[in-house]
Amino acid sequence: MSELKLVARPQAPSALSNALVFGWRAVLKFKHVPEQLFDLVMTPIMFTLLFTFVFGGALAGSPGAYLQVFLPGILVQTVVFNAVYSGMGLSTDLGKGLFDRFRSLPIWPLAPFAGLMVGDILRHLIAGSIILSIGLILGYRPEAGIGGVLAAFAMLVTIGFGMGWVFIVLGLLIRTPMTVMTIGFTVLFPLVFASNIMVAPETMPGWLRAFVMVNPVSLMTSAMRGLMSGTATFEQIAVALIAPIVLTLLLAPVTLWLYRRR
Amino acid sequence: MSANVSHSLAIHARGLVKKFGDLHAVDGIDLDVPRGMIFAILGPNGAGKTTLMRMLATLLGPDAGSASVMGHDLIAAPQEVRGAIAMTGQFASLDEDLTGRENLMLLARLWGFRGRTARERADELLATFDLADAAAKQVKDYSGGMRRRLDIAASLIVTPGVLFLDEPTTGLDPVARKSVWRMIRALAGSGVTILLTTQYLDEADQLAARIAVIDHGKMIAEGTSRELKAATGSGFLHVAVSDVARLEEAARLLEAHLGGVVQRSVEGATLSIAAKTPLDANAALGALINAGIGLEDFSMGSPSLDEVFFSLTGKKQP
Repeated sequence: MSELKLVARPQAPSALSNALVFGWRAVLKFKHVPEQLFDLVMTPIMFTLLFTFVFGGALAGSPGAYLQVFLPGILVQTVVFNAVYSGMGLSTDLGKGLFDRFRSLPIWPLAPFAGLMVGDILRHLIAGSIILSIGLILGYRPEAGIGGVLAAFAMLVTIGFGMGWVFIVLGLLIRTPMTVMTIGFTVLFPLVFASNIMVAPETMPGWLRAFVMVNPVSLMTSAMRGLMSGTATFEQIAVALIAPIVLTLLLAPVTLWLYRRR
Repeated sequence: MSANVSHSLAIHARGLVKKFGDLHAVDGIDLDVPRGMIFAILGPNGAGKTTLMRMLATLLGPDAGSASVMGHDLIAAPQEVRGAIAMTGQFASLDEDLTGRENLMLLARLWGFRGRTARERADELLATFDLADAAAKQVKDYSGGMRRRLDIAASLIVTPGVLFLDEPTTGLDPVARKSVWRMIRALAGSGVTILLTTQYLDEADQLAARIAVIDHGKMIAEGTSRELKAATGSGFLHVAVSDVARLEEAARLLEAHLGGVVQRSVEGATLSIAAKTPLDANAALGALINAGIGLEDFSMGSPSLDEVFFSLTGKKQP
């Protein structure tokens, strides 16, 4: 080992700067582990193809008509499932002692999570764009045009941001990444299937229909459909945003508390 | 105590306690570590070494007691403590997917180095730790020794007042171990206070100016390696018994004459026990000979830190 140089601490960076550094880490992860995108988009691609061509005709008269309803919903599903992977990533990081180093640094305590969120948002945007492109190739047409699609993607990122906290909390609580995934999908599968993403709720039994109508995933899906077809009402958007906002307000402090307590 | 004393100390802790359920992982520890010193915390697995270190590094809140690190109170000013310390944990705290350089740049940016200076700082450290050739390799492809070096480099982005090293050489081969030792000595030479935990007695003996011995969450001895050895007695009597069947009888006789606990060698036929003076040793040997127990060999020696440790903890040597 050659001579060590004594280095003084530079001027303390801002909280935003700390968060951006963690965002940079998320971008580096895309560079080094591009496979993660494959995991994220393969399931929704399969869902899109299977549901459109296998069930589309039976459910909506033709695959083309079904895709028109189904595509905004599969975008919601993609983002919601994506959140599970970020919880798994967090659980992996915590198991390796990486966060012990972050916690022993004089930085904004929420910065590592803000960084995770930056990574999540990038993942949502990339996965969403891939799914939308496939939809366009298959014949999906957003009536509201580019403006509608941009608004829908803004909604999508908001949904992903809100759901992200659920899995950050699970990632903090659960030591094994596989358990995070199992719990995540156990909760999400009923939530996603018992919604209006794949099937209109009219043919469901009354008790299930009642649940589907208030299921946040349904509310989000309706808003997405509205935004992309240009029929969205203010109320539709407002109720879709309730879950992400409540989750953020509730779980951001819980995250900080769990992180400090560890 | 006066403020003056706390300023000459890198770490000043009183009555630290940490409980996990019913387990008292750290059970009332006082610790004074002068600035610029290598200080070792020695103890077996589960003694509370890591818990104590994690409390001092602000990663765990103590259940009782108080401490200051580089003059900053652990509980009242944790962020100031974090600004004055760095910690290299037992398990590599690196991002396996990132390259060595990216790992260091990440931390340099978090400390507040901007743009090109972050990269320069990373490259300086990579060169210092002989990792320049591996700078662009992902950490998952590093060897154990390289990981350790990068992990320690990651603690030196900004020269810390106190560097915590939790079992810095556990799992390393002898060559990598020696290189980490050299690194630790060089760091101490540049004025960094180093608190390290170890379960290797020779590591504490080789590196540390002072050693605290911890067992079951309590400090059972503290001092220089020489003081600890002296506290155990001026020397150790080693006796090889020719008739293994009478080993237990011989052990009882030695304990009766010299006090303390006899330690048995791995092969089983050799007994070691602290003897305060050669005269005491002579009397104990006389008792063995009078009882008709045949001796293959006997010798007097200064105790090793192993013997000190086992004598202090009252455990039998494995």
